[in-house]
Amino acid sequence: MTEILSLAAGNLISPIILCFVLGMSAALARSDLTIPEAVAKGMSIYLLFAIGFKGGAGVAEHGIDARLAAALTSGALLSLSLPFIAYTLLGALTRLDTVDKAAVAAHYGSISIVTFVAASSVLESQGISSEGYMVAVAAVMEAPAILSALWIVARSGGQGIADTRLYREILLNGSIVLLVGAFLIGAITGEKGLETISPFMVLPFQGVLCLFLMDMGLVAGRGLRDHRAALRGGAILFGLAMPLVGSAFGLLAGYLVGLSSGGTALLMTLAASASYIAVPAAMRVALPEARPAVYLTLSLGVTFPFNLAVGIPVYTAVASMIAGGPS
Amino acid sequence: MKTHRAKRVEIIIEKPLEPRLTDALTEAGVTGYTVLPVQGGSGRSGRWSSSGEVSPGSGMVAIVCLTRPDRVENLIEVAFSVVERHIGVVSISDAEVLRVARF
Repeated sequence: MTEILSLAAGNLISPIILCFVLGMSAALARSDLTIPEAVAKGMSIYLLFAIGFKGGAGVAEHGIDARLAAALTSGALLSLSLPFIAYTLLGALTRLDTVDKAAVAAHYGSISIVTFVAASSVLESQGISSEGYMVAVAAVMEAPAILSALWIVARSGGQGIADTRLYREILLNGSIVLLVGAFLIGAITGEKGLETISPFMVLPFQGVLCLFLMDMGLVAGRGLRDHRAALRGGAILFGLAMPLVGSAFGLLAGYLVGLSSGGTALLMTLAASASYIAVPAAMRVALPEARPAVYLTLSLGVTFPFNLAVGIPVYTAVASMIAGGPS
Repeated sequence: MKTHRAKRVEIIIEKPLEPRLTDALTEAGVTGYTVLPVQGGSGRSGRWSSSGEVSPGSGMVAIVCLTRPDRVENLIEVAFSVVERHIGVVSISDAEVLRVARF
């Protein structure tokens, strides 16, 4: 327990957390600090490419083991099943209607790649290694939750708008394509390839992550400021409890697959995080009646800061105590 | 200079719907339109701003079509079939154009 508290305290005064706090405070104080949309998108592309490439280079160096398939399968299963748990929890804690609950559930079954990037950065700073293919697991976990949410709505008599075009857009979402593409390039070119682009892709990584998290703080703060009324106590409680529930399932999956402590911490982080890129876009098309003020504010304004400040150090500490797989 | 009567249809719609709407317009024979970025705004769903946003799920675009008055009903039907259940604004206003052959 002391170790967890010490890690959490150390994490709270890291540059990435403080940059996020700066952005969020500025937005809540109604400062005119903004990062242009194009710059934010540019930084997002940089971070996705860098993390994908590093993951691929890691796989090239350490090779692929039998756990890869198991990790990918467990990731897909987590993404498919977590929306049902989230939907049930939302039913117990909130009075949201079916469509809002299903949309929120889809977000919590899917993943936040920025939370994953932040967790990878924390692990790296602590010298904890992880399986490079966790990047591929992250990509696999983006989409299945959307199918579960649409199934929940259909079963409840609602009507989602889902066609082949939507499925193509989900699977070929730019973030997924970039992450998987960079992962493959990293796996093909290996450590030598990484060394070649390291001055651009490795050294500035932490600085770009700081600026990107400041922007995330601004977006989260604006969401909280403008849409706070859309969330009642039960929904906020859900936004804080669901990451812990998801991470427990991630821990179980990581343990059964036999991932390292770093890999397990990342799987816990993925299962605890809530999407803010792929799922919101899919929900706007498939479930237009669902309110973005509810699901985006919960995902970005409540769960993302919680995971960043408290969740990641807790998942890292718990994974280091338990991981290693059944003997 | 001689001008000709036309209708200006402006559809402000969520960004993820843009390709669906422009494809539907093209299929309906509406080949001329302009897509404009929207910086932010406020409506029934609350305030929003495009600054800093990286999610393709947030943000809106404005699609502007200029068409002959006798074609506007078909255009509106096609547009409405796409935007009916979604957040957005559809408006029609009178306009004058100089080169009628282009519309």
